[in-house]
Amino acid sequence: MPVITYRDALNQAHREEMQRDDRVFLMGEEVAVYQGAYKVSKGLLQEFGEMRVVDTPITELGFAGVGVGAAMVGLRPVIEFMTWNFALLALDQVVNAAAKMLYMSGGQYKMPIVFRGPNGAALQLSAQHSQAWESWLAHIPGLKVVAPGTPYDAKGLLKSAIRDDNPVIVLEGEMLYNTKGEVPDEDYVVPIGKAEVKREGDHCTIVTHGKMILVALRAAEELEKQGIRVDVVDLRTIRPMDVEAITASVRKTNRAVVLEEGWEVCGVGAQVVDYIQRECFDDLDAPVVRVHQADVPMPYAKNLERAAKPDAAKTIAAVKKVMYLE
Amino acid sequence: MAKKKSDPRNNNGATATATPAAGAAAVADPAEVQLRRDLLRSMLLQRRFEERCAEAYALGKIGGFCHLYIGQEACGTGAISALRADDYVITTYRDHGQALARGMSPRSIMAELFGRADGCVGGKGGSMHLFDSNVNFLGGHGIVGGHIPIGTGVGFAIKYRGGDQVCLCFMGEAAVNNGAFHEALNMAALWKLPVVYIIENNRYGMGTALERASAINDIAERACAYNMPRAVLDGQDVLAVRRGVQEAVERARTESVPTLLEVRTYRFMGHSMSDAVSGTYRTKAELEEYLKRDPITLLRTNMQDAGEITDEEVSKMDEELKAIVQDAWDFADASPEPPLEALYEDVYVETTT
Repeated sequence: MPVITYRDALNQAHREEMQRDDRVFLMGEEVAVYQGAYKVSKGLLQEFGEMRVVDTPITELGFAGVGVGAAMVGLRPVIEFMTWNFALLALDQVVNAAAKMLYMSGGQYKMPIVFRGPNGAALQLSAQHSQAWESWLAHIPGLKVVAPGTPYDAKGLLKSAIRDDNPVIVLEGEMLYNTKGEVPDEDYVVPIGKAEVKREGDHCTIVTHGKMILVALRAAEELEKQGIRVDVVDLRTIRPMDVEAITASVRKTNRAVVLEEGWEVCGVGAQVVDYIQRECFDDLDAPVVRVHQADVPMPYAKNLERAAKPDAAKTIAAVKKVMYLE
Repeated sequence: MAKKKSDPRNNNGATATATPAAGAAAVADPAEVQLRRDLLRSMLLQRRFEERCAEAYALGKIGGFCHLYIGQEACGTGAISALRADDYVITTYRDHGQALARGMSPRSIMAELFGRADGCVGGKGGSMHLFDSNVNFLGGHGIVGGHIPIGTGVGFAIKYRGGDQVCLCFMGEAAVNNGAFHEALNMAALWKLPVVYIIENNRYGMGTALERASAINDIAERACAYNMPRAVLDGQDVLAVRRGVQEAVERARTESVPTLLEVRTYRFMGHSMSDAVSGTYRTKAELEEYLKRDPITLLRTNMQDAGEITDEEVSKMDEELKAIVQDAWDFADASPEPPLEALYEDVYVETTT
């Protein structure tokens, strides 16, 4: 199987879906002539032309709304945000329009639209460019939210998102675009709403998603050397969440750590812990521990940024805590 | 009557507002007379419908926010009369009149206002969110300015598919100070999208007068920033609105060029049902001045003067419309509440592709 980058996996997903369905178009800042701020859309303008690969002014609210309007009358827009940090300006369209249109219209106007782009922190981009938005977005009924952590999942989930008749949020990562993995040439999809166990173990569960998969796997590898075998459950989709996959793992290990990139308060991890306490109360041998960003805006200085971010060491410490090994 | 053709980019509104109603002395074309009758009928239906809405609101049959269109009927009626059936309309939360003008059934609208299962969106939207895909009515939208990019996206989709439809996007004058307005108009002009933006300038954004909110009082001038054709129309004269919108629709349809129209009007009621008709932000004297140019009275008087309709015919029309509105009320009253299962329906749609 070919080994390609996460970036190229997304590129393939766009290309294949645009070849498959001429209602699919890509719109955003720098997606066409510049070939994508992160080169995800490389070559698409040349293949599909300027009506289907559309450069926009810097106007997130405006072009998100253009996508919503186009979706209302039958097109299937893919709206790229250069980063989700800029998408905050567009949240009225994502939340008030895209997520609610089907409901408000009594089922008359469906909303087959994808909003995608990199999410969370990269390196030393400081406060305004380093935020993980999944808990905000997953809060909204009407949206689906996916956060692929591997090239295989990135391609398969984006293809599912484009084919979905509901608004789907795709959370990528600057730090993921260059990561490599096996990705089949042929057409495949990863179903929305299905988690995957990325590594098997029976001592403790780590529930995580997106970029933090890599952190969890690094922690798991280190723990293995110390004789601790962890189950790494990759949610892949935040909404709708695969509760069964979480509970199946926790019932096996009786212990859980929830790892996410974002902040603690009202975070994705809080929701995961809620499912665990409701479904697995009698299975737990220890309180669930969460690993997340420090409760501060992201600082610039390398040492402070490192201290703010969740990482493998913090994850290892959390696993040891729920195993009463500290 | 020779109509001066001016470059709409330099139009200060004088030509568009100055055109008088069809000449009374000439023998009118029967089709034109019928059109005027239809426009009168549509406006009167809206008026009678909303008078009963106010009554239903007082009785607690209608809840939530309810924004009446009384006084502004010529704007939506004239504008929508310039459209084809396959064109699109998108609008604000003050949407009852335009929904009726577009041909949505009074029954389905009243049932929606009453929060009943037979409402146009099954009781999920209420006054601010009327939708009907059968007549391409893309909704009443509740966030000021939020629907302007959406209407622009409809224009994008038309162009993408190579069609010749047009999207009519209504908004109030207060929306022009909103970022969404500027972002959308810039893209529409940049990409040459077939959208006609209609600003119903009723002078007040809720209780804030235009002059207290906008650095430019001639709202149509906002189009200059986007090199977009523009015009000012008399929003109390349904025929003037129709003519101005026809010109803009034609330009959108044949040249794919967007237009910004400022339609000057006045609302005879408060902003919503919780707002007094006059009081803190506008005087009774001002209101009374504007009431002299009731769009329905203006058209009816012109038609009567021209011998196109008699008092008896107007009374008969009025009685018929009152009966239609009563029927809508009875229908809404008899319609069941939405079933509780509907609570969780239409949050997501089953994907079929």
